[in-house]
Amino acid sequence: MKKRWICLFVENDVGVLARISGLFSGKSYNLASLTVGPTEDRTVSRMTISLTSDDRTFEQVKKQLGRCVEVIKVVDYTDIAIHMKELMFVRINNCSDRDIDGIFKISQVFQVSVIDYSPETVLIESVHTENCNNDLIALLEKCYANRIEIVRGGSVAVETLSIAER
Amino acid sequence: MMITGAELFVKALKAEQVDTLFAYPGGQAIDLFNALYGEQDIDVILPRHEQGLVHAADGYARSTGKVGVCLVTSGPGATNLVTGIATANYDSVPLVCFTGQVPTGLIGNDAFQEVDIVGITRSICKYAVTVRKREELAAVIRKAFLISRTGKPGVVVVDLPKDIQREYGSDDYPEEIEIRGYKPKLSVHPGQLKKALETLNHAKKPVFLVGGGVNISHAHSEMLKLAEMTGVPVVTTIMGKGAIPTTHDLYIGNLGIHGSYAANTAISHCDVLFSIGTRFNDRITGKTGHFATHAAIIHIDIDPASISRNIEVDIPIVADAKTALLALLEKAQKLDTEEWLEQIRQWKSQYPLSMKTEGLTPEKVIRAINHTFDNAIIATDVGQNQLWATQFLELSEKKQMLTSGGLGTMGYGFPAAIGAQIGNPLKDVIVISGDGGMQMNIQEMATAICYELPITICILNNGYLGNVRQWQEMFFDRRYSSTCMRYRKSCPGSCNAPTERCPEYTPDFMKLAESYGANSIRVTKENEIAAAFENAKHTLKVPTVIEFIIEPEANVMPIVPPGNALDDMILESGDKGI
Ligand SMILES: Cc1ncc(C[n+]2csc(CCOP(=O)(O)OP(=O)(O)O)c2C)c(N)n1
Ligand SMILES: [Mg+2]
Repeated sequence: MKKRWICLFVENDVGVLARISGLFSGKSYNLASLTVGPTEDRTVSRMTISLTSDDRTFEQVKKQLGRCVEVIKVVDYTDIAIHMKELMFVRINNCSDRDIDGIFKISQVFQVSVIDYSPETVLIESVHTENCNNDLIALLEKCYANRIEIVRGGSVAVETLSIAER
Repeated sequence: MMITGAELFVKALKAEQVDTLFAYPGGQAIDLFNALYGEQDIDVILPRHEQGLVHAADGYARSTGKVGVCLVTSGPGATNLVTGIATANYDSVPLVCFTGQVPTGLIGNDAFQEVDIVGITRSICKYAVTVRKREELAAVIRKAFLISRTGKPGVVVVDLPKDIQREYGSDDYPEEIEIRGYKPKLSVHPGQLKKALETLNHAKKPVFLVGGGVNISHAHSEMLKLAEMTGVPVVTTIMGKGAIPTTHDLYIGNLGIHGSYAANTAISHCDVLFSIGTRFNDRITGKTGHFATHAAIIHIDIDPASISRNIEVDIPIVADAKTALLALLEKAQKLDTEEWLEQIRQWKSQYPLSMKTEGLTPEKVIRAINHTFDNAIIATDVGQNQLWATQFLELSEKKQMLTSGGLGTMGYGFPAAIGAQIGNPLKDVIVISGDGGMQMNIQEMATAICYELPITICILNNGYLGNVRQWQEMFFDRRYSSTCMRYRKSCPGSCNAPTERCPEYTPDFMKLAESYGANSIRVTKENEIAAAFENAKHTLKVPTVIEFIIEPEANVMPIVPPGNALDDMILESGDKGI
């Protein structure tokens, strides 16, 4: 079992998202995240999908996606160099002054921004890889247990130009 | 010229050379029916239930090679299609199903007879779409026909809101259409083909495993040529049966959980398994870890997703069966298979397919069909009747079988035969059905009468949902739970065998047939079989129902018990296996 990434170009039509997500649920594939938005060509949408599977199932997933009439192209992003980012908001409630100091320090170290603020509440915006966001959540949960609310957007990805690292 | 959507619909059907439409009206389709009124070039067939309708379109499509076309109203009309859509799509039958829909402005309002039929059928068809603008209508219909009949054929659902049916717009119908996400493979990879042939040429014990793909691509003569040219014997799946004549020397039989001993054993012993147009469904493989373990496996299929899904293959080839066979014929050569063929002949004579019991057996009924009809289409229902048919029917270029393989839909056989007879007025059309399945679409008897279809309907009446009863007998201690068709409320609570005191069967199929105006014959003895078929064969314009009263507890043998390897079969009732 391994985490995989797929970039999918689909028709920008009603029902296409349902077709794709229905394929995953109907065939019991383990969908982890799916993001979608239109491209420079308004008739085409681009999806970034992540799932966890073994090799054989993953081959099936790609083939089954390729079979859909609405799917224009399937690109496997699993083992190629890509830039990948996820937008995440974290809201931390019931903060004391010391908590707020701590949050500002964390945001410096993690290179995330504090984008909104009220006397007891802080809102952080993080644009990082999924893994980095996971680490941030783990830390915040430790420091501010039961006081955080998380809004994750799912990852978007694009091939690198000259960089080999993700 | 400006025409309504409904008029464009009719124009499109004609452009697609649709000569027969299976249709049932209703409020949200009334404009379409109005446009069809008096139309000379399209026969509109009115069945008695939308499920019968879609199976009829399916039987029409399978037996003619044309696209079957359905038209129903919204809501219940559309949902009644669901089983038939899944049945056809699973067996790769090209259908285009038009459903009426409430006007676009009302969609989502829980309007009267509104259902999201596109959402309901999304996972059981090849493509489903609601037409949202009048200007898209022509392109959507063109696309629907193209997608349905090309590549791996399948079902396309086109949902037509009422306002679009009524709206005026262009009368253009495009000839060419480009679908960027849909590019069925038209060629075959020469390198892979070469590898496949090299592997085949080195084989000592090769087998062709032929699935429904060969029948679907109408590659019978190519398949036969290749088998004869190479001397390689042929095993078929149920869906592939008839790909070469079943009486041919090179034909071994069907494989699978009710396959023949020789076929299953040949698969287990072969050194090269050259498979064409099958998806290695669990009904044919038995325990996958033990399937064809000695063989290098070559697999040709039009659907990349069928390759190495259930069975890991060595040489995958994505191609249409006919295209691949034609390419193979250019390079194939004769193999020395005499010893191997002799071995197979031995297996065949060691355990031939045959029912040993005396009297009126399903085997005798089916063999009589083989003798009586020479230019025929035989539609089966599902259950023991179907399995016996797949074992004993003889097929050839002139005898085709229609059966619900993938979905196994009871109630398929009779309506499918109606479609087949409508599409093939000069052929004899025969149904082999069980007593249970026959009751699932019996209402279509009226359709057969109305369209003057001389179908011969054989009901193998064992008084049970026999296939399930057989499993209960063999694997569930004879606990006949909900499988007896004679059951009455006054019966004793637990029952595990038929007795003298069992209640009368209901319905009386003879009276039922008569009430529709059909010809009816009940056969209780072996020596009445031939006369009954002669009578049916010479009965014109009305269907003949022949009810065969067969032994209630007859079983389909041999059988591979669940979890066993293919050649680990129980050969006769009461056996413990070999
Ligand atoms: C629509 C549907 N419901 C249930 C089944 C499960 N099933 C498979 S065979 C069978 C029994 C069929 O009985 P009958 O039509 O009398 O045929 P027989 O097996 O007795 O020949 C049943 C219930 C099915 N295949 N299709
Ligand atoms: Mg029965």
